[in-house]
Amino acid sequence: MNLLFSRRKISGLLAVLPAHERSFLEDMANFNFPPARSLKLKSVMGYDKRRIVDGPVCASDLACFGMEHLFASGKLSRDDCDALIVITQSPDYPMPPTSSVIQGRLGLKNDMFCLDINQGCAGFLIGLFQAFFLLDQPAVRKVALINVDVISRRTSPRDRNSYPLIGDGASITIVERSEDETPIHANLKMDGTRRDALMIPAGGLRLPSTPETAVLEDDGENNFRSKDQLRMDGTAVFNFVQVEVPPMIRQLLETAQMQIEDVDYFLFHQPNRFMLEKLADQIKIPYEKMPSNVVEHYGNSSGVTIPVAIVHNLREKLLAGSILRTCLAGFGVGLTWASMLLPLGPLDFCDLVEFP
Amino acid sequence: MPTIAEILRDIRPEADFTQSQNFLADGMLDSFDIVTLVSDLDKSYGISISGVDIVPENFQNIASMEKLLEKYRQP
Repeated sequence: MNLLFSRRKISGLLAVLPAHERSFLEDMANFNFPPARSLKLKSVMGYDKRRIVDGPVCASDLACFGMEHLFASGKLSRDDCDALIVITQSPDYPMPPTSSVIQGRLGLKNDMFCLDINQGCAGFLIGLFQAFFLLDQPAVRKVALINVDVISRRTSPRDRNSYPLIGDGASITIVERSEDETPIHANLKMDGTRRDALMIPAGGLRLPSTPETAVLEDDGENNFRSKDQLRMDGTAVFNFVQVEVPPMIRQLLETAQMQIEDVDYFLFHQPNRFMLEKLADQIKIPYEKMPSNVVEHYGNSSGVTIPVAIVHNLREKLLAGSILRTCLAGFGVGLTWASMLLPLGPLDFCDLVEFP
Repeated sequence: MPTIAEILRDIRPEADFTQSQNFLADGMLDSFDIVTLVSDLDKSYGISISGVDIVPENFQNIASMEKLLEKYRQP
């Protein structure tokens, strides 16, 4: 599905990452593999350091910490937001919505939208689409889009398939109307028939959590995880990304009548360095235009990786007044894949804070 | 330039790749080994194996890998 927007902008970005850092070298002992093989993988995939929560920290804890930082630093006022969109796969509760939890904890006004969306690695794009839709309403002037996940709490430390790359974090993106009439082209595709490729099988009503669902099982490749934990079919996900994302980007550029050279930065979801470099090679994007360094510094925090890539790599430019022509792309759970050509900057703030 | 067999031995020195026609089914390579293998083949042969070609069928045995590499050697 092709989407078209205009007069919309991101005005500020804040990434919230747990201060607790783990290293791949620490995690290696949990895996039933010779160290030499794990070290080789570290080099190819870009596994190194990552941020995960230490203890029973919930999505709303990270989100509220970030919002309070914005209030305290004068970058946002408590009554500014007319809508709060929370994108998470790790809500505080099955009900109520985490957006309501956050609204209540922060003491935000009643005259606003609070909306939860269950999305993951394409969640930054899905959230921007929803924010842009809401801004069609005259009463909505400013949207706080919060991407947040604490998926490490639902990941097995003995699963080499996912544990060494998983990160936790939150991002707060302020979305507003703009005077710029430049078309914002975007596209979105979904395929629920492949939903099993990324899932947590137990814990919902289809398969409630029981002592049996908590038992660790071998996936046949010496990875051990329970049905209560994240299960990622790495081969299927890799193939999905390599088959679906390049044509999506080509189609987006064609629709916008743009070339690779017309884009300053390709800011893609950050699953691992190998997958991103293979995408860049296929689409013929120079590596310097496509940062792939988020996993090695912070881990893969699903919908939060694109904002983190922006803050980590482009902060100075965006605060100095630059307007960058960006191509954003997210792909993952659902399965879902989406992309957008968005002029980015200048930003009022573009920061990273640590959750203690 | 190392051969495919030499690259495989470097990744999994304990495996005997002459004894199998399906390295994945026989547990001699797993999905992460394929990632390492592709990275080594790319570097050794100065190519970039396309992401769409990184599927288990292309890494079942040395013959299937040679067939894949042939595609990248053509002018």
